Amino acid sequence: MNTTSLDSRTTQQPEDKARQGGVSRYENRLRLATVSPSVLLLLVWMIVPLAMTIYFSTIRYNLLYPGENDFVGLENFYYFITDAGFLAGAANTLILVGSVLLISVVLGVLISVLVDIDFWGRGLVRVMLISPFFIMPTVSALVWKNLLLHPVSGIFAAIWRFFGATPVDWFTHYPMFSIIMIVSWQWLPFAILILMTAMQSLDQEQKDAARLDGAGPLAIFWHITLPHLSRPIAVVVMIETIFLLSVFAEIYTTTSGGPGYETTNLAYLIYNQALLQFDVGMASAGGLIAVVIANIAAFVLIRLIGKNLTDKAS
Amino acid sequence: MMLTLKQTRQLRTFLLGLLAWAVGLVMFFPIFWMILTSFKTELAAFASPPELFFTPTLENYVEIQQRSGYFSFAWNSVVVSFGSTIIGMLIAVPAAYSMAFYESKRTKSTLLWMLSTKMLPPVGVLMPIYLLCKNTGLLDTRTALVIIYTLINLPIMVWMVYSFFKEIPKDILEAARLDGATPLQEISRVLLPISKGGLASTMLLSLILSWNEAFWSLNLTASKAAPLTALIASYSSPEGLFWAKLSAVSTLACAPILIIGWLSQKQLVRGLSFGAVK
Amino acid sequence: MADLKIRKLRKVFDGLEIIKGVDLDINDHEFVVFVGPSGCGKSTLLRLIAGLEEVTSGTISLDGRDITDVTPAKRDLAMVFQTYALYPHMSVRKNMSFALDLAGIDKSEVEAKVQDAARILELGHLLERKPKALSGGQRQRVAIGRAIVRNPKVFLFDEPLSNLDAALRVQMRLELARLHHDLNATMIYVTHDQVEAMTLADKVVVLNGGRIEQVGSPMALYHNPVNQFVAGFIGTPKMGFLDARVISTDPHSVTIELAAGTRLQLPISGARVSAGNKVTLGIRPEHIEVVKASESAFQVEMDVTEHLGSDTFCYVRTSSGETLTVRAPGDFTGEFGQRVGLALDLNHCHLFDESGLTIPKLNQRAA
Repeated sequence: MNTTSLDSRTTQQPEDKARQGGVSRYENRLRLATVSPSVLLLLVWMIVPLAMTIYFSTIRYNLLYPGENDFVGLENFYYFITDAGFLAGAANTLILVGSVLLISVVLGVLISVLVDIDFWGRGLVRVMLISPFFIMPTVSALVWKNLLLHPVSGIFAAIWRFFGATPVDWFTHYPMFSIIMIVSWQWLPFAILILMTAMQSLDQEQKDAARLDGAGPLAIFWHITLPHLSRPIAVVVMIETIFLLSVFAEIYTTTSGGPGYETTNLAYLIYNQALLQFDVGMASAGGLIAVVIANIAAFVLIRLIGKNLTDKAS
Repeated sequence: MMLTLKQTRQLRTFLLGLLAWAVGLVMFFPIFWMILTSFKTELAAFASPPELFFTPTLENYVEIQQRSGYFSFAWNSVVVSFGSTIIGMLIAVPAAYSMAFYESKRTKSTLLWMLSTKMLPPVGVLMPIYLLCKNTGLLDTRTALVIIYTLINLPIMVWMVYSFFKEIPKDILEAARLDGATPLQEISRVLLPISKGGLASTMLLSLILSWNEAFWSLNLTASKAAPLTALIASYSSPEGLFWAKLSAVSTLACAPILIIGWLSQKQLVRGLSFGAVK
Repeated sequence: MADLKIRKLRKVFDGLEIIKGVDLDINDHEFVVFVGPSGCGKSTLLRLIAGLEEVTSGTISLDGRDITDVTPAKRDLAMVFQTYALYPHMSVRKNMSFALDLAGIDKSEVEAKVQDAARILELGHLLERKPKALSGGQRQRVAIGRAIVRNPKVFLFDEPLSNLDAALRVQMRLELARLHHDLNATMIYVTHDQVEAMTLADKVVVLNGGRIEQVGSPMALYHNPVNQFVAGFIGTPKMGFLDARVISTDPHSVTIELAAGTRLQLPISGARVSAGNKVTLGIRPEHIEVVKASESAFQVEMDVTEHLGSDTFCYVRTSSGETLTVRAPGDFTGEFGQRVGLALDLNHCHLFDESGLTIPKLNQRAA
């Protein structure tokens, strides 16, 4: 993998390369002493639970029926995958991640370009735009559920009535859409925050040069702004994907995965197996599947855009 | 009447500004509404249509302490987020220091590997962590949350501190070395004072992430160690409609983080993007 | 006293040999300049002396004390960095006193030394400022001040003027020369700018590819470069080089024929070459004169002329397609494409053999 962002300072001159320093015993000892705590902790954090998950996934292990921990091979995986919830969970995960990514990237780009214009009160507008990102997931879920989307006294119901329409019972009729709205409201500000900051490093001279070359606002957006934002967009997609694959609290506090499996994603499905049905074996099998999916996603993302993330065009 | 070029431009800026304000207000509205509702009576909070003008009351803020013991939850949040932030910094700063100033062939891959630990979905390890906590008596303790938050935020902290350190010319540390500073003096009297802004924003980011974390706090705590995220989740139970109180709790829980976020937005970007956007 | 002796110094980094065996003596009070193209190892050599890089093999000793493995702070050296490396969070005063504070020196003594350095460098009114609030030249002075207060045995300068604009660079160059005179200190100075090397140095060390090409006074390097590399590196505009062939030799002269066809008899010992050898003629712009085409057998075509007021640089092309630079008087006029003759000062012609080594002149000037 190409990772030149890390050594932008080392590639100037052959002479500077020499400066990066001889390998001395002191330096090696220093490195060992300073880096190893982080590495060891993270290694333990990664390996121990993962190994346990792998082990649990191959045994029959239910907290409600202790003592029957037989090796069952891939049975847990079989049951997890053939469970009615699995396909729904996988599909819902995809829909949730995909929609929120789409919304936050597209609107994020447009809004950050919009607030790059020098208008009155820009600072305040920026603060308002990014604020939802700092709200805890449980708060945003409940505020949306009770204060905004409630079919009787929510704001949306009031607006619908104002226009003479019948208020919608969002969580009953459009549960997934509601979840997507809430999660997007939280993550669009993240995209805005990153892209807005990235916009500020856009070279004004480049835009001026393009304008002198006869480029209109659309051409400038397409040929200068978007390419400039490609790297931050890659960052947004990567990081949001990591977090969106594990959306949990929003579902937990609003729909509990329902109605039926309509808003159950993989994270919630596994939680359901684990801490509601106490089936450790099956939850572990599901957990491993989630890990595999996350890794596939990470791998694909890194292949698609990771180069963009780590390659720094100096 | 024809508009001059300048007038056209001014008009366009004005209209786009108006649009930006509209977008900003829409995005902020839920927060505004939450704050507003927190000053309503429970009856007014449930009114249909919603009331924009009402006589504000502070009774919710008084009652949430009496009914749900707001402060013990808030104290848990404070202990857990500050605890994990401080421990995380103690581990992350030395690592970032040697990675930034004594780069080796392995440094890059180590950093990327640390990032990759963030790819591990929490549900993948929910079961073992839950059982480990249960068997060691750490279930529903602040210690468990401090340990877990430290670990999940550590990669971000290392990356962020690393990217701040990377901006400090190595020359300055070498000058200190020539001036007779020991490695410890080099760090305490030169490196840390220079990078205190970056370190502060790293700590703020860690505070925000820990404060708002809602997977482990919901799954590993019950009552004793439950932080604010869990307290608020308990309002989702259908018994009784306490929207005004929910709003009051939420407002109190979110206000400090919101303010921190506003103050340090620009520096947070670096940590949130793993140093990729500055 | 400050006698620095470097013996068989080598530095290998990642399997790449940066310094390939350097032997060098630096005497007390000397102003020594390391000069060479970028990547030649001059900065690495300075950093090895400072102790910022670990030596692969060889020794460095200062006044008879082996300092090869001594930590930088205990070497009794001070360094001025290219980027100045001022501590951004400290005032000018703190920047200068930091080393003394660390050494636990008495407050009043520190203050006296800082005041002294500030007086020498005219920094008195800036002592409370932070580096951010200083101009480039002032920062440079603080960096030097930080070195002065420590009263080191040797001052090390790593391209200290390269971040200044042209006018300030000339001024700081003069101040450095004056400072060297006033402090009577030993200074080692790294630069890629041969003008700085020529103007400041008592002794110039020309480095190339990790090796010392030549050590000597500026005038020795100018008049008697040991090889084509040094000849081309020292002097502005650069020495011109023309391909040639040896026609005949005798003990007191060598006759060569340029690729352009002209024959020249040079006052150079014929002992080292023989007829038929390929050689390179080197001649500096200031040792060529433009004459009428009829007055010289060596005829060339004028290319661009640059008028600097005091001088005129004429770029000419020989019939064999080689180019030369001529330094003509300020009022010289020449037209593009005009055919002119060149008169070469044969006493100042250098001849290099095929490997680039100088073929010694007869009347070698004392270095």
